[in-house]
Amino acid sequence: MNITALFIALAGAIVLWFFLMRRLRTKPWIEKGPIDAKDGAMGIPAERVGLWIFLAVVTSLFSLFAIMYTERSGYADWRPLPDPQLLWINTAFLILGSVAFQRARGAANRENLNSVRVNLTAGGIFTIIFLVGQLLAWQQLASSGYFLATNPADTFFYLITGLHGLHLLGGLWVWARTTKRVWGRFDSYDVTQIAGVRLSIQLCAVYWHFLLILWLALFYLFSST
Amino acid sequence: MAYVAIADRDHEQHLHDPQTFITKYIWSQDHKVIAIQYGLTAIAVGLLAMGLSVMMRLQLGFPESFSFITPEEYYQYVTLHGMIMVIYLLTALFLGGFGNYLIPLMCGSRDMVFPYMNMLSYWVYLLSVLVLMVSFFVPDGPTGAGWTLYPPQAISEGTPGSGGGIVVMLLSLMLFIVAFTMGGLNYVTTVLQARTRGMTLMRMPLSVWGIFVATILGLLAFPALLVAAIMMLLDRLIGTSFFMPSMLTMGVESEYSGGSPILFQHLFWFFGHPEVYIVALPAFGMVSDVLATHARKNIFGYRAMVWAIVAIGALSFVVWAHHMYVSGMNPYFGFFFATTTLIIAIPTALKVYNWVLTLWRGDLHLTVPMLFAIGFIFTFTHGGLTGLFLGNVTVDLPLSDTYFVVGHFHMVMGVSPVLVLFAAIYHWYPKITGRMFNDTLGKWHFWLTLLGTYSIYLPMHYLGFLGVPRRYYANGITEFIPDSVQTANAGITIAALVVAGTQIIFFVNMVWSLFKGEKAGGNPWGSTTLEWQTPDTPPKHGNWGDELPVVHRWAYDYSVPGEVNDFIPQTEPPHEGVIVGREHGVKH
Repeated sequence: MNITALFIALAGAIVLWFFLMRRLRTKPWIEKGPIDAKDGAMGIPAERVGLWIFLAVVTSLFSLFAIMYTERSGYADWRPLPDPQLLWINTAFLILGSVAFQRARGAANRENLNSVRVNLTAGGIFTIIFLVGQLLAWQQLASSGYFLATNPADTFFYLITGLHGLHLLGGLWVWARTTKRVWGRFDSYDVTQIAGVRLSIQLCAVYWHFLLILWLALFYLFSST
Repeated sequence: MAYVAIADRDHEQHLHDPQTFITKYIWSQDHKVIAIQYGLTAIAVGLLAMGLSVMMRLQLGFPESFSFITPEEYYQYVTLHGMIMVIYLLTALFLGGFGNYLIPLMCGSRDMVFPYMNMLSYWVYLLSVLVLMVSFFVPDGPTGAGWTLYPPQAISEGTPGSGGGIVVMLLSLMLFIVAFTMGGLNYVTTVLQARTRGMTLMRMPLSVWGIFVATILGLLAFPALLVAAIMMLLDRLIGTSFFMPSMLTMGVESEYSGGSPILFQHLFWFFGHPEVYIVALPAFGMVSDVLATHARKNIFGYRAMVWAIVAIGALSFVVWAHHMYVSGMNPYFGFFFATTTLIIAIPTALKVYNWVLTLWRGDLHLTVPMLFAIGFIFTFTHGGLTGLFLGNVTVDLPLSDTYFVVGHFHMVMGVSPVLVLFAAIYHWYPKITGRMFNDTLGKWHFWLTLLGTYSIYLPMHYLGFLGVPRRYYANGITEFIPDSVQTANAGITIAALVVAGTQIIFFVNMVWSLFKGEKAGGNPWGSTTLEWQTPDTPPKHGNWGDELPVVHRWAYDYSVPGEVNDFIPQTEPPHEGVIVGREHGVKH
């Protein structure tokens, strides 16, 4: 298994190197004049690039937690905890949230203000339901004797779900600001104003999809041990 | 379609000009002010760390002469000296300081793309420093676990600071990581998004390349430290056993059981090794620019230099376990990591060759920044070569716990980056302040620092070969340690005191020149890069006046044959009759 992982990593590195080299092979000492940078990044809003870089950081953070989880679960004192059935319902709500954000994004592109309002609000509410559900799941675990420090398995569960929830809360802060703008000063008849929040809605959608995929991966991780 | 640089598009949004003293100098969103705030804070806390090292040296050079240095305090000095130097000084000064100052100016943008977040980054950094300082005032003092904070001793009873100090240390690190992430998002996005017209990736000065790749490393590696800090904090505060094995402490069985200290080491060094390059890559980049400018020659092998930076950055993630050969891990593991360690020496050596070849037959101007840059080549080569020794498992095993390691990493990671920092401060001082520093004082500073640090660290290698163990408060009477070691230690301490005292020259020079220095003018070194082409010196808010600069050439057009001047700024259009790039179908 390790050999396979190593091979995939090596292959990935070679492909990455190849693409990088295509860009880094120009001879800058020969080219003169204000040639336009041909990087694809130039046309993209800075916020979008910033978000993707942030997602890379978050991926790194949770991957490291996942590796630690897997490593630590190999030790003798590991006592896995039962996954509450509630998590399935929570997952469904998070999926609904992601779908709603995707619909809001589509509506913003079509400049359909009513649809933006409805879907954006629904997306946030589904997420809040997810978070409340996670808290209930914690309560269920605690009431059946799985406390924060009972076993590393329990600590990891509380810690990782907590961190995931915190990231959602951060997203909800942006969501709240955007939703306020969408409901607030917009004149229903002047749909062009949507352009001002379109980017926020798009980025929210990307962030929510990411956190959904992250949650699915974490859920798999929890149920696999 | 007309090309509009992003920095221009968002102009109205980003640049609300600061009005009052407070928004201009304190809650500032200007990258130059933030850079200076970062820089001054980092240097201040670095001075403290230097003071701690002086205390350590006093103890080692003249044991039993200073009754106020207890063993516990000695370990606290060791820990804080290492942690502050590596993280709160070097990382913060290279990326928060020079990254902030140079990226927008060298890329031709008006500011960072997220100025507000940039400001937050500094204030959270300051908070993390203040929290760290709090550890001096908690009941059992700062942690004395060693800068690597290895469990179990970091949180076991009996280690200095295991009560409050370690908690404060971990909190401070977590804050630092938050601050770094906010800054890092800015640096990377600015390089990708806010370059001015004509500034292709391959026209960026190597300083920007070094800072750019180092920031990516930091963004991906600091989470490992965050994970380690969170898990250790839980071990300490609520009694989990992530890293803590069952053991007897002070004769009593601890409440911990089943955790793995090695797991912490893997996490820590997965951060810790990239951290070496987070510090080294910006240094590599900036030293390249200083060398090229003062040698009046284009940097030798620009493309290879860029590739080497990228390759070193990538490889730095697969060498971490060479810090753990003595941890009892699988020997095959050691073999793998020894191999990757030796591979990373290839791009690194390539950079050293290219620096030397840049000097070769150059028109060397031995200015103060140039002296520091050349000094760096010596110390870095020296430290790099001893790194090859230690990268091999069989050589590392006997040397790992000796002064050889102290000599090695201070040479490669202490002295070398600090020499570059001095080179960079002297080099960009005229741009930052608008005035020249005093040349004579600068040269005294250089020679005393270079010779002084050599007299500190060269003997340490020899002590290491003798087997003198590091981390010891005092050697006492040990059969294999001859008496002459004590003499050497006393000599090292005297050299350390001289070097520490020498820094006064530096500060006097900087402060005096700030008020009395000669006016520098816009481009005193005759540099090609954009930061020297600003309409005002020091650059005003927004950097470029009404119009952004347009870049016509790469960053290293020095001593081009047939030209009047020995440098052509990046903003200068190609001359009549000169070949104009490959889109015109010219083959080379």
